[in-house]
Order: sequence, then C-alpha cells, then structure tokens
Amino acid sequence: MEAQHNITLPEGSIEKTTTTLNFGPTHPATHGVFQNIMEIDGERVVSTEQTVGFIHRAFEKLAERRNLYQITPITDRLNYCSSPINNMGWHIACERFLKVETPKRVDYLRIIIMELARISDHLICNSIVGVDTGAYTGFLYVMQYRELIYEIYEEVCGSRLTTNIGRIGGFERNFTNTAFTKIEKFLNEYPKVLKEFESLFTRNRIFMERTQGTGGISAERAMNYGFTGPNLRAAGVDYDVRVANPYSSYQDLDFTVPVGTTGDNYDRFLVRNAEMWQSISIIRQAYEKVQSFKGAEAEIFHADVPEYYLPKKEDVYNNMEALIWHFKIIMGEVNLPKGQIYSPVEGGNGELGFYLISDGGRTPFRLHFRRPCFIYYQAYPELITGGMLSDAVVTMSSLNLIAGELDA
Amino acid sequence: MALNNEIIQSQLEAKFAEQVTSFSTDSGILSFESPASLNLKVIQFLYDELGFTFLTDLCGVNYPENEGGELVVVYHLHNFVENIRCRYSVAVPVQQPDVFTATKIFEAANWMERETYDFFGINFVGHPNLKRILNVDEMDYFPMRKEFPLEDQTRIDKDDEMFGRG
Repeated sequence: MEAQHNITLPEGSIEKTTTTLNFGPTHPATHGVFQNIMEIDGERVVSTEQTVGFIHRAFEKLAERRNLYQITPITDRLNYCSSPINNMGWHIACERFLKVETPKRVDYLRIIIMELARISDHLICNSIVGVDTGAYTGFLYVMQYRELIYEIYEEVCGSRLTTNIGRIGGFERNFTNTAFTKIEKFLNEYPKVLKEFESLFTRNRIFMERTQGTGGISAERAMNYGFTGPNLRAAGVDYDVRVANPYSSYQDLDFTVPVGTTGDNYDRFLVRNAEMWQSISIIRQAYEKVQSFKGAEAEIFHADVPEYYLPKKEDVYNNMEALIWHFKIIMGEVNLPKGQIYSPVEGGNGELGFYLISDGGRTPFRLHFRRPCFIYYQAYPELITGGMLSDAVVTMSSLNLIAGELDA
Repeated sequence: MALNNEIIQSQLEAKFAEQVTSFSTDSGILSFESPASLNLKVIQFLYDELGFTFLTDLCGVNYPENEGGELVVVYHLHNFVENIRCRYSVAVPVQQPDVFTATKIFEAANWMERETYDFFGINFVGHPNLKRILNVDEMDYFPMRKEFPLEDQTRIDKDDEMFGRG
C-alpha cells in the first residue's frame, strides 16, 4: 500500500485532518472585501478567522479636520447602498447638536428619501441572498426599480450612488414636479414588483431549504453581539430606532416593526421583505402629508439656519448678509458650540450612530461612527461554525455586510 | 417603575458613593465617569441591576491637555426595556493606558476594543485577541491620537510636480 502514497510528508510535520481555505478578500461570493481563513472538514466549517480593514480610509481622522458640511460626503461612503440615510443621519445629528428645529415638510421629504434608500438597500441585500442560493432572476428583475430610486435621488440632488443629499437644515433645493411624479410612479408600480419578487422566493422550496435553519442566532446572543436593525429583529427583538428614538417626525406616521423568531437567513429575508412593505406605506403617508401643505408652506424645504445652510447664489450676489454667511460657511469660520451628542438613526442594516464631541472649535474634536455591520460581523464565526461552506456564503450576504461601512 | 436619569444617578451613587462622578445630562443622555479600575464593576452593575444589557458603542477619545487622563474610553449603553441610554467613560494616563476588557460581559466589545486599541493604543487587559483590526499589523503608532495631526492643507513645501500640478 506504501506505493499509493506518492506524497511523503517531511519529518516532523503534523498530519492535518482539515483543509485551510482562503475565502476572500476578492472572492465574488463575498460581495465586498472580506477575507476569511477557514478551516474546513470536508464541506463543514470548523473555524474561521476574519480579516477586515482592506478599505479603511480613516474617516474619523479626516472628520477632525473638516467642517460639518464637509463631513457629509464622507458619510456617503459608509453604507453606500443607502447613502441618503447616512447623509440625513449626519444632518439630523448636527441639527440635534446645534438645536435646530426643522420644519415638518422637510421631515416628511426626508422620510420619503430615507425610506426609498431603505428599500433600495433591502432590495440589494435580499436579491443577493437569492443570487447566492442560485436564483439570479430576482436580482435582475428588481434592479429596474433600484434604478428608479436612483433616478429620484438624481432628480433631488443630482447624483446617484454617493448622494451627498441635503444640507444641515433641509435640502439644497425644493423637490421638482418630476421628482414627485417619479415618486408617484414608484408607489404605483413597485408593490406589484415586490409581490412578484416575494412569490419567486418566499415559498420557493429550494430557497427555503437553503436558508431555513442556517446562520441562526438567538435573541440573547444577538443582543450580546450588538446586533441591530433587521438582523436583530429577525431574532425576535422589536428594537427599531425609528420607534425607540424617533427622529425626523417618524412618530407622526403609522407603521409596524416586523420581527422574526429564529434569526436565521430565512427570517432575515422575511423581515427585510416585510420592512419594504412598511417602507412603501411610510412613503405613501409621508407623500400625502407633503401634498397637504398649501401656499407658502408648500415651498419650505429648509430650516432657517444661516450659520450652516448655504444661502441661494443670487442672494450671495445681491445681499450683503447672504454674502457674509456664504463666505463664513465656505471658509469654515463658524465655531461650533461645546458639548457632545450621540445621535442614532435606523440605517439600512442597523443602528447608525454618530458620536460627536466638540470643544468649541470649527471642526469636531472627535467624531465616531457607530457602524452597525462592523459590530455584528463579529458574530459571523459563531453563525457559520458547524454549517456547510455554501451556507456560510448565504449567511454572509444575508447579514447585509457593506465593506465601506465596516472598514470606515 | 420607569427608569429615568435621576434614578440611575441615585442608584449609582448609592452603590459606588464618591467613586462615580461628573454626572451630567448632555442632550438627554446621562453621562458619568469613574476611575478606570472600577469599569467592570460599574458596567456589571448597570447590566445586572439597571438592565443596560446592550452595548451600543465603545470608542476612545484623546485629550492631550488632560494630564493623567489623556486617553478616555467611552461606553454607550442601552436599556431596551425602558428605552434609556447612558454614557459612561473612564480616563487613563497615556503612559499606562490599561483598562479592563468588557468582552466577558458583551461579546460586541471584542472588535470595538480592538478598534480602540488600534487607533488609540488603549491596552484592554484580559482581551482574548488584542491586535490591530483596521490598520496594518506593522504599524508602530496609534494614528487617532492628537499628536498626529492631519497634514496642514496650506503647507507650501510640497513638491507639486509629484501631484501633477506645477
């Protein structure tokens, strides 16, 4: 039998019974730059070691040399699947810090955009789960509606992916009629598409078998691991920042917080789908409220904060005061008040928090982003150990990890 | 009994007396401090007795002027049942930045402490795997400390040719 072994191990080497597999950082199934060095026994995952930080860009350090309005483009690049939520989350943090009251119309307009962003975020995540279980159709099908969402962003702020949408105090300009027409179009057409998307997956036997019972976590463990957002709710904890710490007048609207029970991939999928239905309803309510404003109220799109809100260009040329504010804002000559604030919003994948410390200077003394997926990605080894390698791929995409946010 | 900032403060004062100090309510969140050696006792008390079972955030701050407490670790804790948050911080000297790890109480603290170590060099005593997380392993300084300012944008000694301008 000796002859069949054509590999002779060198003296002193240890016979290994498991295989080491380098999964990532640029593997197509990781959907982002994530490296996992896995020990696998056959196809079962024995252990994994994660490496993160491949696209670390020192945002927190950068933010210490920037004025508040210059930090907004940085937040774009956190969770780039739903940048408007990050932008507005940052603006809301600044407004809370500066004690700025925003008009109701601004709040509702923001809600429309934030919920559109949430839909596009969940849509990508859920359809990618579909791709990883072998169903490409859903992914291609819903792209059309993500495109429509991006067109709405484009109409509102001029850009699509990294939006830099809005200003401290509101929006840079009022929504155009085209924007409203597109939002209406979205509200009319999207429910049908979502219904069809659900019927492709929710009761699909293959999909259910692949996702049920894989990557599950209990509510206690999920909380201990710092899960937030749909991942926590899938485990059965009804924590939603929109309800717990309402911002941007979410308290005026009527919606429910969907929860799951087992915290597995299937529940995460279902919770995200249910949240999209809620988002549609929220957009509809907010849209009706926006439409109910009449006369001068219907023209309001920003709060009155001359220190932080750039004046209109024609005012800059014709009005002394506007010129002064314009100069002060651009040159960053506005001192912030002293103090600190922690302001959370419900991001696409969890609680996105901004912890801002100011020492009275022109830029933040310290700005820390609480990035939801940085915190819950720690649980990944626990979620996949003992499972199949192919389920580890599905688990990774169903956690909705965004490398840009994770590495900040 | 609904929990509010006053109750948290009086409970902490009853338990830790003079040790927990600097109570303040900045933008609705109760903040307080204690000596670094007490951090686990305070967190465990908040966890067991006051229901702060969720670690929202953990981060470091560097105050170079604050002698003897240049490095600060800030914990944001959340009680889901009562829906109330609190902010707890401990300060340590930069020469010996030792803080006990909270990983035994919160799994979530693991990477957040690694991140804080990575950027501020705070040594979390007892951490299971305290190594750099976002920066490269070979880095030999702690970049978020204030002693490393970002480049002055008005500097003129730059060789513009290298940047395609000049």
